Amino acid sequence: MKKLTAILLAMLLLVSFAACGAKGDETPTPAETPENPVIRISTTTSVNDSGLLPYLQPVFESETGYKLEIQSAGTGAAIQKAVDGNADLILVHAKASEEEFIADGYGVERLPFMYNYFVIVGPADDPAGIKDCEDAASAFQKIRESESKFISRGDESGTHKAELKIWGDNAPDAAADSWYISAGQGMGACLTMASEQGAYCLTDKATFLSMQAELKLDLLLEKGEDMKNTYSLIAVNPDKIDGINVDGAKAFIDWMLSDEASEMIAKYGQEQYGVSLFYLLEA
Amino acid sequence: MDALKQALHLLFSLDPELLQILGVTMRMSFFSTTISCLIGLPLGALIGTRSFRGKAFLKKLIHTLMGLPPVVAGLLVYALFTHYGPFGRFNLLFTVRVMVIAQCLLIIPVVTGLTASFMEQSTRAVIDTAKGMGLSRRRVLFLCLSESRTSLLSVVLNAFGRSIAEVGAVSIVGGNIQWKTRVMTTAIMLETNKGNFSFALALGFILLLIAFVVNVAASFVVREGHDD
Repeated sequence: MKKLTAILLAMLLLVSFAACGAKGDETPTPAETPENPVIRISTTTSVNDSGLLPYLQPVFESETGYKLEIQSAGTGAAIQKAVDGNADLILVHAKASEEEFIADGYGVERLPFMYNYFVIVGPADDPAGIKDCEDAASAFQKIRESESKFISRGDESGTHKAELKIWGDNAPDAAADSWYISAGQGMGACLTMASEQGAYCLTDKATFLSMQAELKLDLLLEKGEDMKNTYSLIAVNPDKIDGINVDGAKAFIDWMLSDEASEMIAKYGQEQYGVSLFYLLEA
Repeated sequence: MDALKQALHLLFSLDPELLQILGVTMRMSFFSTTISCLIGLPLGALIGTRSFRGKAFLKKLIHTLMGLPPVVAGLLVYALFTHYGPFGRFNLLFTVRVMVIAQCLLIIPVVTGLTASFMEQSTRAVIDTAKGMGLSRRRVLFLCLSESRTSLLSVVLNAFGRSIAEVGAVSIVGGNIQWKTRVMTTAIMLETNKGNFSFALALGFILLLIAFVVNVAASFVVREGHDD
């Protein structure tokens, strides 16, 4: 109960901080409002829930006069929303799906611009002994051999696809392997489940850091070459889908690739966690 | 319609995962409904047919609880059964049992409240007559229950409908684990999050179909009841 109260309090605090922040960032003379001021961006939970987009949003809006409408969901749903004509651009992290999105004519161009690393978290005593592994593939192998509990997103999100890629041809079968738990939920719910069950989990670092205080989980492995996680911006193709805010999407992409935004992205997380949560790809 | 076709195809292909999800859904809804009715029907009947001190307050309390948001019920049950929570040692989190517990928390007030209102409205005459006849309190209660059984059946169906359609509480305490605690509603949520909107809709049609079958079966039972 104490923990729950703490969570509720923390949420209340965050909301009130966010409210203050939004107010403080309002400049007295905002840029002129563009003709079509609303940009609909469909993005993944890791970009939105980590606080990165809400942190960039007020600066972008006051500098350009646009209004950003952020929809966040797993990568699968984020892309589907754009296919259904409900977004002007997407910001996601699943290369294969992104390329398919473009090949099908829905996206203009894939612009990879930042990355971070997935990390493997698990119980502090590390029953599978993955701490000194070279990369995620060998860590997964050890988890499989020791049949330690592992929570999979199981929701076709970018993180889930990255996990399946690391398993390769060896992906466990949730029906047969009882240690492999396919949760079908968001990152936060999966981390909570891993903490409850003393299980391993592949997660983006941002979500883990933001929840760490509430979790009985340690960060066991990071920065394996196979754990790199690249984020891309893709504008939706106006020739394929009508009603797209082409200028707005371009304005946001230009701004995100600008030096100013790059600097803000590179700094994000240092104040709160002492480490950057996202790194910029060298152009 | 695409989703409708997909729904029929899914049903007739007897997909093992779909059958398993349907099985968990029915098991959960059966127990949630049964337990809620076993507690809520008699409790509501008592409240509806008797007068006692604090009754008005109790009714207000029940009506408030009838509006309890499923997510809040889920959070409360989660806080109780979490590993370090007061009932953590029972190891029930992420099981069908704890999903039933959370649903009962939601549905018992509904059953109690609805039963109480029905009994209050429809049984006043019965009570007066029965008192005139000098029947015992227990006989009166029994008589009231049998007089209003059509209304009570709709209460039971309401409870079942709540249970089978609820997603907020069961996803928190059940965890939507494949082959274990995944039910129709959380499966629909998952497919929606994956971006498989038409597949999600197909699952929704199947859920509606189940609800329809249960309702038809229930109305059949009532008709039988009227015949004798």
